[in-house]
Amino acid sequence: MTSLFTILFDGVAYGMLLFVLACGLAVTLGLMNFVNLAHGAFAMAGGYICAVLVNNSGVPFFVALPIAFVASALIGLVMEQSLYKHLYHRSPLDQVLFTIGLVFMSVTAVDYIMGSSQIFIHLPDVLQGQVNLFGIGVGRYRLMIIVICGLLTLGLQLILAKTRFGSRLRAAVDDPRAASGLGINVPQVFALTFAFGSGLAGLGGALGAEVLGLDPYFPLKFMIYFLIVVTVGGSSTITGPFLASLLLGIADVAGKYYVPKLGAFVIYTVMIVILIWKPNGLFGRTAAR
Amino acid sequence: MTVERTVGDLALARARWGWTEIAFWLFAIASIFLFSDRYLILTEMAWLGLFALSLDLILGYAGIVSLGHAAFFGVGAYSAGLLAVHGIIKEPVLALLVAGLAAMVLGFVTSFLVIRGSELSQLMVTLGIALLLRELANKFSNITGGFDGLQGISIDPILGLFAFDLYGKVGYIYCLVVLFILFLLARRIVNSPFGLSLRAIRNNPLRAAAIGIPVNRRLIAIYTISAFYAGIAGALFTQTTALASLDVFSFERSADLLLVLVIGGTGYLYGGLIGAVVFRILQDVFSSWTPQFWQFWIGLVLVLIVLIGRDRMYRGVLWLPRHLFQLFRKAHAKPAVSDGGAP
Repeated sequence: MTSLFTILFDGVAYGMLLFVLACGLAVTLGLMNFVNLAHGAFAMAGGYICAVLVNNSGVPFFVALPIAFVASALIGLVMEQSLYKHLYHRSPLDQVLFTIGLVFMSVTAVDYIMGSSQIFIHLPDVLQGQVNLFGIGVGRYRLMIIVICGLLTLGLQLILAKTRFGSRLRAAVDDPRAASGLGINVPQVFALTFAFGSGLAGLGGALGAEVLGLDPYFPLKFMIYFLIVVTVGGSSTITGPFLASLLLGIADVAGKYYVPKLGAFVIYTVMIVILIWKPNGLFGRTAAR
Repeated sequence: MTVERTVGDLALARARWGWTEIAFWLFAIASIFLFSDRYLILTEMAWLGLFALSLDLILGYAGIVSLGHAAFFGVGAYSAGLLAVHGIIKEPVLALLVAGLAAMVLGFVTSFLVIRGSELSQLMVTLGIALLLRELANKFSNITGGFDGLQGISIDPILGLFAFDLYGKVGYIYCLVVLFILFLLARRIVNSPFGLSLRAIRNNPLRAAAIGIPVNRRLIAIYTISAFYAGIAGALFTQTTALASLDVFSFERSADLLLVLVIGGTGYLYGGLIGAVVFRILQDVFSSWTPQFWQFWIGLVLVLIVLIGRDRMYRGVLWLPRHLFQLFRKAHAKPAVSDGGAP
């Protein structure tokens, strides 16, 4: 029973992390139909920025996290304005080629600068060890991940549902042409969302360094996970990717615990089956675009 | 002249052998003697060219984007390796065919998954299948050798006559012959009514269906054929290098393949072959600059190609030869006009 709870707990932490990492991608894909395989590179940027700040400059971990967010968001904004913007109307093949190129460049650049070995962020003592929760010991770090990511998810949901920017974004996702006809500056909405999504990915990368491992091959290793979250969850709502991430996280942790021989096999199979069964994602609407 | 006749004439004219094509293959044969100290890299170009050709069949002719073409390459490679290691089929040419057929079966089965859905789900499914196979090969390490790869592959003489030599000359000629035969077959396929119907599907699936082309069946057929080609390429890789390890399934292999094809250009069979030559030379140059980090430059090339625009790049590259060709034609055409008098 205890192990079941622990698996569930770890799975939820993992899933929430995946959601924070991938939700930016969901928006990119949903809003502009842009296939951004380089999304993981922004996450890696955030992770490395946080690692350098904490390990080398002695910045406190909780200060480094927002810095990682802002820095990745800025990188995202610059990339969007300088490069991505020109490719929205290109064919998926062009987009795939371009973003694969970016992945290759970021992987080798980080390898060159930081070395190819895995990097660990020195955590403050508060986050180490376990804490007793309802009589069961759970990792403090994972608890923190769940709290932070849970708050973020709530915040995102509120922004999306209650604010003016949220309704602009939803309108743009639903129908970009009609939205721009109503006077919504769709490119601007998109640039901001892209930057915010990159920032979230960077924050996820920084938070996840401890759980997922951080090395130069991060964008390649987790690319498929992000894509699974987005394709299974659909890109029309925020709850879809959220539920998909939780499912994926729990399934992955449970799979590795109960049937370690199968490994990632289960997840890939489930993804293919779901894509065949519902090409628009489990929680997606039947988009006619 | 009826429309039907014009289309038929055009297709026939395209199917005719031009002098550039003949020159290309003559040069390929000449390379056996010209670069006798570079057989290893030439061999690599040959199987990479075949691999790119197989992707061109689905991408350039049928418009299916694949991020997991390495799946078939890997199946071919492991089939050839396993056949050789366990001594089931020792003769390379037969093993090559069997490996190709194994990949073909996989291609046929997975084609039903791939032709469904949008381009994004195509990307995901193809990528997923390649990753799945890699995971399988990793889990069944008692059969595949896991991360270390298959050990002890030894290849018998081709047709029992030509043993593989240390310099790779026989291996290169073998690859070249296989490439040429399969190229002829591909050429026949894409210039047949079947190939023309594929192009119709690529340009507009709805319209193609409306004029009575069975879209799904055609796509399944070409995907299966393409898988066969990729399997053969994988088998050639294993037979000439005596290697088969997990990286035959890797994502990088599929991604590099896209680059190869894009460098050469999609939608005409030589694209893959030219791309393979250029890519391999580029890779060589890059890794002599920065041995560990050549992938950075490969990535940069990809980004630049897309930013410049693929069409614009080809136009730029082709400008000089076309310009020369037109000058040449003008020089010849002028006397003809003056001889003929008034038009």
